[in-house]
Amino acid sequence: MNSALTFLLTAVVKILITIFVLLTAVAYTVWLERKVVGRMQNRWGPSRVGPFGLLQPLADGLKFIFKEDLTPPYVHQFVYIMAPMLALIASLSAIALIPIGPTITLGGITTPIQITGVTNAAGESSDIGIGLLILLGITSISVYGVSLAGWSSNSKYSLLGSLRASAQMVSYEIALGLSLVGVLMLSGTFSLREIVRQQQGGFWHWNFFGGFQFVAFFIYIMAAYAETNRIPFDLPEAETELVAGYHTEYSAMKFAMFFMAEYTNMITVACVASVLFLGGWSGPVFGPPILQSLIPIFWFLLRVFFFIFLYIWIRGTLPRFRYDQLMAFGWKFLLPLAIANIVITAFFIAVRG
Amino acid sequence: MVHLILFGIFGAICAGAALNMVLQKHPINSALSLIVVMVSLAMLYMLLGAEFVAAVQIIVYAGAIMVLFVFVIMLLNAGEEEHTKGSRVAMLIGFPSLLVGAGVLVYTLVLKGGNTASLAIGQFHGKAEDISDLLFKNFLLPFEVTSVLILIAIMGAVLLARKGGTE
Repeated sequence: MNSALTFLLTAVVKILITIFVLLTAVAYTVWLERKVVGRMQNRWGPSRVGPFGLLQPLADGLKFIFKEDLTPPYVHQFVYIMAPMLALIASLSAIALIPIGPTITLGGITTPIQITGVTNAAGESSDIGIGLLILLGITSISVYGVSLAGWSSNSKYSLLGSLRASAQMVSYEIALGLSLVGVLMLSGTFSLREIVRQQQGGFWHWNFFGGFQFVAFFIYIMAAYAETNRIPFDLPEAETELVAGYHTEYSAMKFAMFFMAEYTNMITVACVASVLFLGGWSGPVFGPPILQSLIPIFWFLLRVFFFIFLYIWIRGTLPRFRYDQLMAFGWKFLLPLAIANIVITAFFIAVRG
Repeated sequence: MVHLILFGIFGAICAGAALNMVLQKHPINSALSLIVVMVSLAMLYMLLGAEFVAAVQIIVYAGAIMVLFVFVIMLLNAGEEEHTKGSRVAMLIGFPSLLVGAGVLVYTLVLKGGNTASLAIGQFHGKAEDISDLLFKNFLLPFEVTSVLILIAIMGAVLLARKGGTE
């Protein structure tokens, strides 16, 4: 078959599968969150629709589609409609860079389990050389969705929420970026696939253990919680102060888009944490070739599930920060700590030679 | 071939968004058009093989500087622009000088340049490794001087902000 056609076909198939799995995962992350937080607060959570409330996400989706799509008067029409799309597009496109597994061979075509990954003529798989930087770029673009939503709604709660959100995202982006520098120095590449490949062969090779990046890992986790506007950093939508923050004026599918963007961001952040710190898809594999391609995906998803559960656990445990505490924590604690981590890691790399 | 098509697409988006930025009357629309210009410029860099510059273009310009622009427009609540005498003068002088500038560029690049042989991806030194090699070996002193300059600018901003405060 023509190589360009093969490339196009595999890319389309991979994109379709990933989007389907991702959106299903987003829906069931919401279900999981409601269920787990319910148990932590000694109640049942969703239990009416389907067994264990498993069809609840479906019902929610139907409700969002059939609700009346209100556009309040005095909004900036174009930006108001574009903002939720921007938020969702930014969060969905980030997943394209995540290396989910090694290569898979189906019907004579070998391809990496990653949307932006390709296989060359020699059978070696590679991905985009600056994957991590593009990921950071997409993170910085995703600020627009939130800040424009708040501004265009022409409501004081929305504006305050979006100002909080953008200030918080811009501030924590610095700590987030700096926490990744240690990993970058250890691996010497921006390619996410290469970073995972270097961590293969047992948990002592992971950047978390083998690279001594504990501090970077915790900085990353905290900054990522702030980036995704989750408890304890969910000040942009603090309902006791701001009604619902930047999406106060949004209804029906536009609101659902913000909701989906938030949960997609959670999953992306979990994926990046597993790729950079916990060895990606590394784990024991066995069996025939097709199983050897699929088991790593399971190991990867297990890590992602762990992070999602951690998110929910923390939501059920911690109260919300005060705004000045949030800023002080980001600038006066996380940032110096991240810089110290970089200096110490650089020192160790220099000593090791 | 794919390169040419992509170049055409992103070049058209870039030029269109740049034109839209000038013609729009609401500042937020202009700022958003400028973001589109920045992102499509990054795509053009990517097509040239300068992937690191492309990523930095998105992170720094689209992700940091334009966020600041949008922030300022949001906070000042700037309304629609109105035509003044100054804008008419600018239009009268601006369009002819734009034409002259474009003419000079086309003349020097197409007619005088002559060498229009195309480069393949990878022939350009645009990888992160190449740039860091240059930055930390050949141009270490300018790099450090620039960082000190930026530090001074930050300190100046802090000083100005303190003076205006209640302390």
